[in-house]
Amino acid sequence: MKNKEELKSFIAGLLPFATLIEGKQYLEVLVPADKWHEAAQKLKDNNKIPFDYLVSLAAVDFVTKFSVVCHLESTDTHDFIVVRVDIEDHEKPQIETVSDVWVTAEYHEREAFDLFGIRFKHHPDLRRLFLEEGYGFPLRKDFKDEINIIELSN
Amino acid sequence: MSEEVTKNIIVRDDEDYIINMGPQHPSTHGVLRLEVCLNGETVKYVIPHIGYIHRAIEKMSESDTYKQIIHLTDRMDYLSAHMNNEAVCLAVENALEIEVPKRVQYIRVVLDELTRLASHHLWWSAFGMDLGALTAFFYGMRDREKILAIFEESFGSRLLHSFNTPGGLMHDVHPDFQKHTMEFVRYFRKKLPEYKQLLTDNVIFHNRTQGIGKMSRETAIAFGVTGPSGRGSGFACDVRKVAPYGLYKEIDFNEILYDEGDSFARYLVRMDEMEESLNILEQVTDNIPEGDYTAKMKSIVKLPEGEYFQRVETARGELGIYIVSDGKKFPYRIKFRSPNFSNLFVLNTLAKGGLIADLVAISGSLDLVIPDIDR
Amino acid sequence: MLLDIYSFSTLTASINKDLHAAMTPWLAVATELVLIGLLFLTFYALLGLFLVYLERKVCAVMQNRIGPNRVGKWGVFQTIADLIKLVTKELIPIKNADSFLFNLAPFIVIIASFMAMAALPFAKGLQAIDFNIGIFYIIAVSSLGVVGILIAGWSSNSKYSLIGAMRSGAQVVSYELSVGLSLLAIVVLSGSMQLSTIVESQANGWWIFKGHIPALIAFVIYLIASTAEINRGPFDLAEAESELTAGFHTEYSGIKFAFFFLAEYINMFIVAAIAATLFFGGWMPFHIDHWEAFNRVMDYIPSIVWFFGKTFIIIYLIMWFKWTFPRLRIDQLLNLEWKYLLPLSLMNIVIVSFVVLMGWYF
Repeated sequence: MKNKEELKSFIAGLLPFATLIEGKQYLEVLVPADKWHEAAQKLKDNNKIPFDYLVSLAAVDFVTKFSVVCHLESTDTHDFIVVRVDIEDHEKPQIETVSDVWVTAEYHEREAFDLFGIRFKHHPDLRRLFLEEGYGFPLRKDFKDEINIIELSN
Repeated sequence: MSEEVTKNIIVRDDEDYIINMGPQHPSTHGVLRLEVCLNGETVKYVIPHIGYIHRAIEKMSESDTYKQIIHLTDRMDYLSAHMNNEAVCLAVENALEIEVPKRVQYIRVVLDELTRLASHHLWWSAFGMDLGALTAFFYGMRDREKILAIFEESFGSRLLHSFNTPGGLMHDVHPDFQKHTMEFVRYFRKKLPEYKQLLTDNVIFHNRTQGIGKMSRETAIAFGVTGPSGRGSGFACDVRKVAPYGLYKEIDFNEILYDEGDSFARYLVRMDEMEESLNILEQVTDNIPEGDYTAKMKSIVKLPEGEYFQRVETARGELGIYIVSDGKKFPYRIKFRSPNFSNLFVLNTLAKGGLIADLVAISGSLDLVIPDIDR
Repeated sequence: MLLDIYSFSTLTASINKDLHAAMTPWLAVATELVLIGLLFLTFYALLGLFLVYLERKVCAVMQNRIGPNRVGKWGVFQTIADLIKLVTKELIPIKNADSFLFNLAPFIVIIASFMAMAALPFAKGLQAIDFNIGIFYIIAVSSLGVVGILIAGWSSNSKYSLIGAMRSGAQVVSYELSVGLSLLAIVVLSGSMQLSTIVESQANGWWIFKGHIPALIAFVIYLIASTAEINRGPFDLAEAESELTAGFHTEYSGIKFAFFFLAEYINMFIVAAIAATLFFGGWMPFHIDHWEAFNRVMDYIPSIVWFFGKTFIIIYLIMWFKWTFPRLRIDQLLNLEWKYLLPLSLMNIVIVSFVVLMGWYF
C-alpha cells in the first residue's frame, strides 16, 4: 500500500484533468463528466496501480446537480480511492457508462438509473432494476409520494 | 471489451424455452426470479429479476437518525445482522473519532464470528438441501440453534438483535456469555467432522460440485464477487485483512483462499472459515476485558459534513456503507454496497452452458440472501 | 414339513370349495375376484399409510428428530389425518391442461402398481395368481407406471412438469434394462420365471448365499437400478424439488396428488418384495443345508413374518439411501447406467450362466 502522497502524485500524473482532494479517509478524485470514461479506463488499465475492483458505485442527488461516486480498490496494492463525477444537468442527467471497464458497474448503474433516473449512455441493458416502468425516481430529493410516504415534521 | 463482458451478453430469441425459477421457488432461497432459458436441460442464459422485496431502506434511512438506521440494516442480510449493524456503528464512530472501549471491541468480534458461524451453518444446511441431501439441513440447524440460544440469552432476540449502537453496545452481555460461547466452541469442534462425513467426503457431492460453475479470479474481480465466493476463486478480498477494523488488527487468523473457483472450492472456503472462526473465538472469548459497554455518546448523533465510507466483512462478502452527511441528524444520502447484489449477477456467466441442476448448485454455492440484494 | 401349519393354502382352498358348492362356477370365480380385489384394496391403502408413517419415522431418526408424535400414540394416526386432509382438499382445475389425460394419469400410475402386486407371493399359499412367467409379468406391469408419469407431465401444460416427465422417461427406460438383467441372473440360477418355483428352490438356502458372487453382484445392481426406477432419492430427478419444484406432479392437488404419492410408496414396497423373493427366499425361512434342527426351529416362524421382515429391511435400506445421499445430475445418472451398471450386469449374466453350467453354486 502506498502512502497518501505517493498515491496523490501518481493519480495526478495519470489524470491531469482531475481535481484531487485530500479526504478524511481516502483520496478523493474529482473527474469532469466528459472525461469520465477515459479516466475510468486509465485507472483500470495502468500498470502501476490498476484499480480493477469497483467496490461501489453510488449516485447522490445534490438538488442542483447529481454526483456519481465510485469507490475503487486495487487488488494488487490494496490502494483505495474515491472517484467523483458531477453531472450538472439536473433535468436530464446523462453520463457515459463504465460498464465496459468494470462489469459490475452495469448493475450498479442500472440501480442508479432506477432510483435517480441518471441515463448511462452506451449501457448495454439499461432497464429498471427494482421498480416498474413509469414509477418515478424515488431517491431524488424532489420525489413526492403522498400516499406511501408520510413526512415527519419535527 | 473484456472477456467477462462478452461472456455476459445475452441474445434473446422468441423461440426460447423459458422457465421462471421464482419468485417462489425452493432453491432461490427467497423472492428472486431467475428467467432461465433452456435448451433441453442445458441452460442457455439466466437473467435475474429482482425487486420483489425492495423496501427502499436507502430512502427510509434519509429520514431516520443513525441509531434508527441500525435497525433497518438488520433487515438487509438478516443472516449477518450483527455485521451490518457494526458497519453503521463503525462509520459513525470513525466519523466522530470516538474511541470505543476495549470490551466492546472484543465482544463485537465474538459476535461477528458467532454470526458468521450461524450464517455458514444455515448456508451449509441449505446447500445440502439444494443438492438433494435433506438430512444435512437438520444437522446444520441443530448447531445453529446453539448459537441462537447464546444470542437470545444476552439480547433477548435470536436473529435481528440490533445490539450495536454507535459508541458501543445497547447493554452489557449476560454473565454466562463467555462460558456458553466457549462451551459452543468445544461442542462444535467435535461436530465439524460430521459435516465432513455427510457432505464433504460424499462421492455424489463431489460429482455435483467439482468443476461446476468455474469462476476465474479475473471474473470475480470484474463482477466484484467478494466474500467466500470470491475467495474460492483466489481473490483475496477479506476486508478483515485488507482494511482491518475493530479488533481484527490484533487477531491472528488466516484468510482462506482456494484457486479452483468451482462450487466445491467455494464450499471448502466456507468449511475452513468455520474452523477459522472457531480459532478466533478461542483467542478472543476468554480475554474479554472488564470495562464499560459503551463510550460516552450524545443522545442525538450528528455527523460532521462530509462523506464517509465504511467497509465490513459480512458472512457473504464486503458490505460497504457510503454516507453523505450535511451535518444534520439524518444522513443526506446513504448507500449500502451489499455483497449479494454484486454476487448475484455473476450467475449468468457461471451457469451458462451447464444443466439446471448445476444452476441450482451454483446459486447455492454463491449463498445469496435476497433481501440484501433488493434492500 | 412343519411349515404347513402356517400355510394359507388350506384356508384359500376351503373358501374356494365352499363358494363352488354354493354357486355356479362362474359366479364363484367372480365372487373370488371381487374378494381378492377388496382384500388388495384394503391392504394397499393400509400399506401406503404405514409406509408413509415408516418413512417419516426413519428419516426422523436419521435427522435427530422425533418425527410425528401428536396424533395418536407415537403419531401413528398422523398419516390418516394427512389422508383426510388430502381427500378433502380442493382439486384445482388447470386452465389449458389436457383435462382428460390430466385426470387419467394418476390412475395409470396407481393401477400399474396395483397390478404388480397380484403376482407377489406374500406367504406360503398366499398369492393371488401364480403365473409361470411371474417375474416377466411384474417387470412389464410395473414399468407401465412411467406412461402415467409421462402423461401427467405432458398434460399439465407446465414447463416444470414437462422437464420432470422427460427426465423420468429417460431414467426409467434406461434403468429398466439393469433391473431386468439383474433379475435374469436369479432366473438362470433357479431355472424358472415362476415365483413359487423360485421360492421353493431356495428351501435349502437363499440365492444370495447359494449363488455367491454373481448373485451378490446382481443384488447390488438390482438395488441401485430399482431405486432409480421408482424415482426415489438419490435418483429422484423427476421430482427434484430444489430444481423442478415437484417435477411431474407440480400441478396436481388433493386426492390426485395422493395417488402419485401412494403409488410411489407402493412401488417401493413392490421393488423390495421382489428383491426379498428372488434374493432372500421370499417367505422361505432361513435354512442351512443339512442343519435339520436349526431349520426346524426356523420353520416355527410363520412364512408371512419372514416375507414382510425381509421386505421391510430392504425398504429400510432404500430409505437410508434417500436420506443420506445428495441427488445425482441427469447426465451422471445416465452415465452410471449405460457406462457402469449395464455392462456389469451383462457380464454378470455370462458369469452366472457359466456358474450354472459348471454347477459351481450350492
